[in-house]
Amino acid sequence: MIFTWNNPASAPGFSGEEPCVGFDRGRAARVLVLPAWFDEANKLRRFTLEVMRRLDVAGIDSLLPDLPGCNESLVPLADQTLDSWRVAAAAAAEALGATHVLAIRAGALVAPQGLPGWHYAAQSGPKLLRAMIRARTIAAREAGKFETYEGLVALGRAEGLTLSGWHLGAAIVGALEAAEPALGPAQSDIPQTALGGPGLWLRAEPDDDAGQADRLAAVIAQNLAESVR
Amino acid sequence: MTILPHVDSAAGEAALDRELKGLIADVLGLAPSQAEAFGPDSGLFGHLPELDSMAVAGLLTEMEDRLGIVIEDDDVDGEMLETYGALLAFAKSKLDPR
Repeated sequence: MIFTWNNPASAPGFSGEEPCVGFDRGRAARVLVLPAWFDEANKLRRFTLEVMRRLDVAGIDSLLPDLPGCNESLVPLADQTLDSWRVAAAAAAEALGATHVLAIRAGALVAPQGLPGWHYAAQSGPKLLRAMIRARTIAAREAGKFETYEGLVALGRAEGLTLSGWHLGAAIVGALEAAEPALGPAQSDIPQTALGGPGLWLRAEPDDDAGQADRLAAVIAQNLAESVR
Repeated sequence: MTILPHVDSAAGEAALDRELKGLIADVLGLAPSQAEAFGPDSGLFGHLPELDSMAVAGLLTEMEDRLGIVIEDDDVDGEMLETYGALLAFAKSKLDPR
């Protein structure tokens, strides 16, 4: 269930071998899971795995690779850009033999356009950046320092920025300012309202919700069943 | 996104009150009944253990999304977050700046 995939790209920031968590039983439908990012990744970690467990029970393989710079990856996060993650996501899809993609929140920003699949509660770059910068300005204020959104964005664009413990390089800060999720030709949105309940990324502490995981997995299983009919 | 443009009517105020309580419950993972029970003097920041600076950031960002407002750095101070009444008054002033 935990293995590695080889990222063959030779661009800087690539280590070659990256870890992957998956339910891989060589079945026909193989879903590449691109998780939420940064703080949202922590909040949605359990939920993401719970959805994958349900897909497994429904007869669907799912594969959750670490993108370069994330989780157990050995390369520095600060070297990563939106483009390096797009290339890595496409390389992971290829290496793992994915037939579909499930992109969660900001994961939608790097989803391979050519794969059929779903964007769950896709998040835009500017909103992601705004929430993370806001957490930093509020924490700074509690510590008696005064930082502004504009000042931090300018610093981030020039030198990179540490937000909630993640060190983001200048290139990714600049790219996030303008990044909007775009659906590929065979991709569809699954909005949070389809899951009946508030998004778990909102929670101050990581939480889980079996009902929401049931519903997201059911939407995917149903879509897949309809597409082969 | 829910936009509540007419907060000067009683119905608009009740809708804003409901929206804001729902939003706090969603962000902090509170039981809806706990948020329902908030009154003007109910303590928020410094009173609810769930409400740390990350949660405040999430709360403000979600308020922007759901209420269709923009919250500036200068708007955020301890007073506005101290009680439910102060946060409601702030949301109201953002929606209806007259």
